Amino acid sequence: MIAEIGHYALVLAFALALAQSVLPMVGAARGIRPWMAFARTAALAQLGFIGLAFLALVACFMRSDFSVLAVYEHSHSQQPMIYKIAATWGNHEGSLLLWVLILALFGALVALFGENLPPRLKARALSVQGMIGFAFLAFMLFTSNPFARLVPAPLEGQELNPLLQDPGLAMHPPMLYLGYVGFSMTFSFAVAALIEGRVDAAWARWVRPWTLLAWTTLTAGIVLGAHWAYYELGWGGWWSWDPVENASFMPWLIGTALLHCETVVEKRDALKVWTILLAIIAFGFSLIGTFLVRSGIITSVHAFAQDPARGLFILAIFVVALGGSFGLFAWRAPALQPGGLFLPISREGALVLNNLLLGVATATVLIGTLYPLALSVISGGTVSVGAPYYLVTFVPLMVPLLLLMAIGPLLGWKRGDLPGALQRLAVAGVFAVFVAGYTLHRETGTSIWAPLGIAVGVWLALGTVIEWIERVKLFRARPRDNWNRARHLPRAAYGMTLAHLGLAIAVIGMTGSSAWKVESVQVMKPGDSITIGRYAYRFDGVMPARGPNYLAERGTFTVTKDGKPYTVLYPERRQYEVQESPTTEAAIQSSLSGDIYAVIGDRAGPDSWTVRIYHQPLVPWLWIGGALMALGGLTSLSDRRYRIGVPNRLPVVQATGA
Amino acid sequence: MNKRLFYLLPIVLLGLFGVIAWYGLAPDRDPSALPSALIGKPVPGFNLATLDPGSGGLTPRDFAGKVTVVNFFASWCVPCKAEHPLLFQLAKDYQVPIYGIAFQDKTEDTERYIREMGSPYSKIGLDQNGRTAIDFGVTGVPETFILDKTGIIRYRLAQPIDPGRLAGEIGPLLKSLAQ
Repeated sequence: MIAEIGHYALVLAFALALAQSVLPMVGAARGIRPWMAFARTAALAQLGFIGLAFLALVACFMRSDFSVLAVYEHSHSQQPMIYKIAATWGNHEGSLLLWVLILALFGALVALFGENLPPRLKARALSVQGMIGFAFLAFMLFTSNPFARLVPAPLEGQELNPLLQDPGLAMHPPMLYLGYVGFSMTFSFAVAALIEGRVDAAWARWVRPWTLLAWTTLTAGIVLGAHWAYYELGWGGWWSWDPVENASFMPWLIGTALLHCETVVEKRDALKVWTILLAIIAFGFSLIGTFLVRSGIITSVHAFAQDPARGLFILAIFVVALGGSFGLFAWRAPALQPGGLFLPISREGALVLNNLLLGVATATVLIGTLYPLALSVISGGTVSVGAPYYLVTFVPLMVPLLLLMAIGPLLGWKRGDLPGALQRLAVAGVFAVFVAGYTLHRETGTSIWAPLGIAVGVWLALGTVIEWIERVKLFRARPRDNWNRARHLPRAAYGMTLAHLGLAIAVIGMTGSSAWKVESVQVMKPGDSITIGRYAYRFDGVMPARGPNYLAERGTFTVTKDGKPYTVLYPERRQYEVQESPTTEAAIQSSLSGDIYAVIGDRAGPDSWTVRIYHQPLVPWLWIGGALMALGGLTSLSDRRYRIGVPNRLPVVQATGA
Repeated sequence: MNKRLFYLLPIVLLGLFGVIAWYGLAPDRDPSALPSALIGKPVPGFNLATLDPGSGGLTPRDFAGKVTVVNFFASWCVPCKAEHPLLFQLAKDYQVPIYGIAFQDKTEDTERYIREMGSPYSKIGLDQNGRTAIDFGVTGVPETFILDKTGIIRYRLAQPIDPGRLAGEIGPLLKSLAQ
């Protein structure tokens, strides 16, 4: 019964989405107020119905109702409750429902808090949001109904993939979806603005919180995913340039570009066309991500469904959504009035360069992701594009970008003082070169990228701190003045400082862990010891262990550092009740200088096991940096100018129809 | 007019993507199949340093005039270790030279690996940056290619060699190519 209620709620939401797409759009064109106002009602009711459907599905999973196909395929009565709930979105149908739930949530937020939006813009944006909802609800109802029944109902389910039974992964998809779907809001606003034919500072201010929200959650989602891959998959890496990882990374890159562009539109009324294009493309990449994951067009560890019919449906959504908006763009964008002028060396100029580098970087990732697909379609050949490709294409683009990131914020709007900025950064430069030299000296034989990466990270970190010092006039004014300035800096400024600092720290972590990772694969017997660097690992044997829904072999390693006891590691190899393939649980001991990481593999003989031990320098920096970046996004999101009741700086001029 | 064309660019690129994706979704296409684009084609060009500097570099010229096996491996790769004894057997039973290419491996690690495990290889090329592996379309190690006397790639195995494949696929192919 619960499943039927959920299904019914979805059908109602579907019908409502159709009305939400049509009425407000027509109303805005013809000036019919009640039709425009209907957008608000419809958006709120959407949230109600889809929320109801989602709760119904969660209830089915919590009660282990195996007469529902999705529950049978992805849950098990002995699964811990948290993973029964997480299983709701650990599968294609359920995750799609989560997708539309977040879409509806954002629509409702615009409806509720968009009181000071011009009514036409609001009606049109909500109408576009309704169209996206309509398309995805149709996709769900016609190809992937989460409430499909299974008759007769089996007694037991097939269990959630053990790799997904993990607290980090319970959070990973919702975060990514918040990000993907957040870009749907910027997309809707961009399309609405194209229809209106005007983009101004006020528009940028309305769109920016959505971009920030999407960017922040996407950052958190990607970092969570990398962290999960690191400790759960047991291969000792955190990023493999897998097509689906790239699919989440590309919207992040474009979203980053968009975030910076919007500041230019907001502050200087320039780069409008480019901003609109980025807003469309960011959502386009979210859709490409959805397409790649769910169509079965590529192979990936992350891919969900292997059903070409679904693939065609998403492809159709993608082509219509982007075709429509690109068409609108080609038609309307040339008419957008260019705004403020600026010299090449200026904050705007630096941001243009930032956008250019991010754009090209995204293109290299896109080519790397799609090239195998294109080649296999055109010539039937198969290639795989991996880390070496990205090392020679993507990484060299990031170096100038990171260098620029320290300089840009020190340049003034309109006309910047490059020598002045560089002079202020001299300390950072000297220190970065020194660190590079030291790294090169200490770690002879590493590739050129290692000292370069560390130096660039140090440069950016110091540059960011210098910029903050400049702003609060530290050392140049009385401490009381410093304090006042620090307190009155806008939160957006702190957001930038935190995010840039976070990236700098993450870059150092990435470099360290890629360049100096030490890996040792051995067959060990109890009592054997190996030494890696300053750490010695003694293998004390393997004991059976038991979890709520799995059996495990638990290895014990006593680790000493410089001969003194350091820690004891317990890596596990788990066999879940239903799913056949065993999973590894790496044992990790973190410290600021790096992780030591042990994985126990197959039994190699009657009393010996294959054991992998890694020394992973600086990996925790990556997580700290990622967390700082997300925190920066949140800080910026809490900036005064996005809060309700704060008067707009620019008068809102009513558009006069399209 | 030129400016207008710029604004049309996104939609053109979208169309291109749409066409590729459309064909990519064809029901008879299996994305997990791994036929090599290189089968029936000449071996790609490369020039690698070798583990034993006295033996000169490793280039496709080393393969000329004989049936050869090219095996990508790495000291950090566990399945490579499992495969290793079979490479000795392959070299002995079928009298073919095996050329090893160490994929993204430090020289000293490769050296230690060969010292510990012995060398079934006639020559070992060092592909430290992985470029040659890209040219071969290698998806992971170990991976094995068989070339005929004219240097045309005839076979590719994107996984460790197992005794069944050695006797059932690789052996017969080597025999027929040798004639």
